[in-house]
This record gives sequence, C-alpha cells and structure tokens, in this order.
Amino acid sequence: MDAIMEGLPLFIDGFLVTLSLLGVAGVGALVIGIVVAAMRISPVASLRMIATVYTELVRNTPLTLVLFGCAFVLPYLGVRLDFFTLAAIGLTVYTSPFVAEALRSGVNGVSIGQAEAARSIGLTFGQTLGFVVMPQAIRMVIPPLINVFIALTKNTSVAGGFFVFELFAQSRRVINDRGDEVLAILLAVAFFYLIITVPLGLIAGAIEKRVAVLR
Amino acid sequence: MSQSVLYDAPGPRAIRRSRVVSVVAAGLIALGIAWLIFTLAAPRETAGGSTQVGLFDASRWDILLDAAVWRALWRGVQGTLQMAGAAAVLAMIIGILFSFGRTARAGWIRVPSAVLLEFFRGMPVLLMMLFVLLVFASGAYVAGVAALAVYNGALIGEILRAGIASLPRGQAEAGLAIGLTPTATRFLIEFPQAFRQMLPIIIAQMVVLLKDTALAYIVGYPELLRIGVNNLSNFYGNAYFFTLFFVVLVIYLVINLSLSWVARFVARRTGSKAVVAKIPKRGMFGMGGGSAAPTDDSAAGQS
Repeated sequence: MDAIMEGLPLFIDGFLVTLSLLGVAGVGALVIGIVVAAMRISPVASLRMIATVYTELVRNTPLTLVLFGCAFVLPYLGVRLDFFTLAAIGLTVYTSPFVAEALRSGVNGVSIGQAEAARSIGLTFGQTLGFVVMPQAIRMVIPPLINVFIALTKNTSVAGGFFVFELFAQSRRVINDRGDEVLAILLAVAFFYLIITVPLGLIAGAIEKRVAVLR
Repeated sequence: MSQSVLYDAPGPRAIRRSRVVSVVAAGLIALGIAWLIFTLAAPRETAGGSTQVGLFDASRWDILLDAAVWRALWRGVQGTLQMAGAAAVLAMIIGILFSFGRTARAGWIRVPSAVLLEFFRGMPVLLMMLFVLLVFASGAYVAGVAALAVYNGALIGEILRAGIASLPRGQAEAGLAIGLTPTATRFLIEFPQAFRQMLPIIIAQMVVLLKDTALAYIVGYPELLRIGVNNLSNFYGNAYFFTLFFVVLVIYLVINLSLSWVARFVARRTGSKAVVAKIPKRGMFGMGGGSAAPTDDSAAGQS
C-alpha cells in the first residue's frame, strides 16, 4: 500500500494531464467532427466525398500510428511543438471521425417522416435540419457521443507511450521505482481511469433509457 | 447515391453554386497537397548544419528495392495478424461466456459478471497489456493477446447480450413451451439468432481489434509498426524514416480497409435481413448499403 501513497502525487499529476488531454482533444474533436458530419450530409457532392474519404482513412489508421506520426514525423518535418500539444493534435484527429459518425447516425435515426413533413411545408435544407431534425437528433446523439468520449479517455493512455507524462506513463515511472508492488499500483491507476469512464457510461446508459421511452 | 429527402433535386442555380463550392474545395485541397509535397521535397538542414536531400529524392526510397526490407515488413504483418487472430478467437469465447453470464438467471452469476464487464470496459487496453506483462511476467505477445481478448471479449459480450435482448419474447417462450430447458432454449433458440443478427457489428469490432494490435508496439511486441518503423530505420539509417513510416501506413490502411469492406459486405448480406429489418426507422440519407446504422454505431464508440 505504501507504494501507492508514495506515488500518489505522481498519479495526481498524471491524472490532471490525462484530464487536460481529454478536454483539449475532446473539444477539438467535437469541432472537427461537427464540420465533417455537416459536410457528409450536405447537398454538395464533392464535400460529401471529401468527408467520406477523411473518415475512412483516419478511422482505419491505428491510433498508435497516428500518435507516432505526430510525435516523430511532424517534428521531422519542422513542426516545433511540445509533446503534449502533438499528442493532443493526434488524439483530436483520431477522434474526430468517430464524433462525425456518431452525429451522422443520430441524424439518420430521426424518422424519415419528420424530414418529409418539414420539406413538404416548404422549409429549406437549413431550416429542416435546424428546426426539425437536429433538435430530435441531439437527444439520440448524446449516448453514442459519450461513448466516443469514454473511448477517448482510454485512448489518452496511448499518449503515455509518446513522452506525455499522463496517468499511464506515471504508473510506469512508479513501477520502475517500486517493482515490488506492481499489482497494487496498477489497480490504483485503473481506479483513476474508472472514475472517469464508469460515471460517463452510467450517464450515457441513463440518457439512453430516457430517450428510448421518449420514442 | 439515392436522392436525400432533405433537399430538392438541384435546379440550375443550385447546380452552379454547388459547382463553385466543389471547385473551391478541390482547389483548397490541391493547394494543401501541393504545399505538403513541396515541404516534403525541400532539402532540410539538420541540427548539425549539414543539408540533407528532400524526402522524394531517390536515395531515400531505394531500400524499397531491397527484398530484405519486404521480408522484414512481411514478418511484421505476420506478427500483427497472428496477434489479431489469436485475440479474436479468444475474444469470441470470452464474449460468449460474458453474454451468458450477463443474462444468467442466478444473481450470483449475473451481478459479478456485470461488475467484471464494467471493469474491463472502462480500462485502457494498454494498461491491461502492461498489467499482464508485469504481473504474470508473460512476454509481450501473451500480454497483447490476453489484453485484447479480454477487452474485446467484454465488448462482444455486450453486443451479444443486446442481440439476445432484441429477439422477440416469443422465441424463448416457444422454446420453453416445447419442453426445452432454459439452458437449452438459450443455446439452441436464442443464441444462434442473436449471433446471426449481430455478426456485422462483431466483424466491425474485429476491425477495431486488428487496429489495436498496434498498441502492442508500446509494450515491445515486434509487430508491423515496431519492425517497420523502429527496427528497419535503426538498421538502414534515419534517412529512411519517413519512407518506412509511409509504407507502414499504407500497409495498415490496405489491411484495415479490406477488412472493413468485408464487414460491410456481411452487413449488407445478413444485416439487411436481420438487424436493419428489425429497426423500423429508415435512414434519412441513402448512403447505399455501405453504412448500415449498427455497423457505424459500434465502430464509433469502442475504438
């Protein structure tokens, strides 16, 4: 147990870095994801195509490779940023297509009659989306969106392999010092991750149930 | 692509406008790519002050003519596929066990398996790999396989449970009515149907699993990324670093995109009959059969 007490300041440091990675990459991914989702449902065919290609390429690249590219290839090309920013960029890029897909599947989930009704009373594309489809889609989008952020929380651990001293990297450091209590240390770190992911999962589940009743 | 209900068939003005947007977008992208190529091709100064040739210079790509490089990359692909295959089989078994545990009627089975499942789902795979590696001193391969199997097994268990829950009640009732025991009903009636229904989502999860084998890079397993980018560029020199990164990226994309394509194919073949037919809502956009809603959802959340 005393290994955990000894390592606690390091864990808390790491936890804060994990949280800030989650915050920065989460907001960034949300912004890019909204843009990509809007492009994917837009009337302009070329925008749809660009968004589809982006989604497919990024979604099929392993996160490790994305972060590897950010940590080693970008500096090699002359980008001068610290590793935290580079990892945040990588996580943002990696998460954005998942956000876009969650948004798009939410819009897809609104029953088609709603859009037909809106169109038939003469609303334009923007009005249909803004006044009729989106308000209904938002409710359905929140649970999958929370799931994306849970995945992002877990994915921040990969940044620990690329010189960002977040929770995972800190746990390796503590283990290097105290090899005798590996099990306790790892369980303590798991606990820190679980206090982010489990409540988020419960919230998503609760909202999902409410939405299911609404429908 | 079929007509979307959200907007009309474009008239002459709308067509003109969309053409302008297309040209501008294509121009911006072409500009971006041109800038990228230009930057990559420019010679660069190293910290030592010496100048190196640009990244498209032939001297940076000549190793691709060396058969030994491709043999090494093939070893990397084998390592990746081997880990993914072993983990996939184990994940299926664990997933089936979890789905039975979660739906068991006895509380002493159901509750612990629910808690265990939440625990595994909420932890980063990487942490699990480190856990197995250090606690069981098992070596990187076993650590990677075990962590991927347990994590994806938990997710597949949830997928299968959702499949069982989505079956009409009459199925289980009919099984019980003809005198099957509850266990036999579950095995013979409910499970095969749930499995068929959820197959597209399960395959999508396998794509995620294959992608996640790259995490084993961090615990030191010699898979595609480690062999391709680390080992080879250490051996042939740093000048080839970008080349090798690019080649590895392309290999990953080819493998994953073809597996994703299989997932879609299966979703169209089985999914259109089972899952999609069961979900009454129609998609608002005719995205072709290409992106059936369930495939998207599963791919979105659980990367």
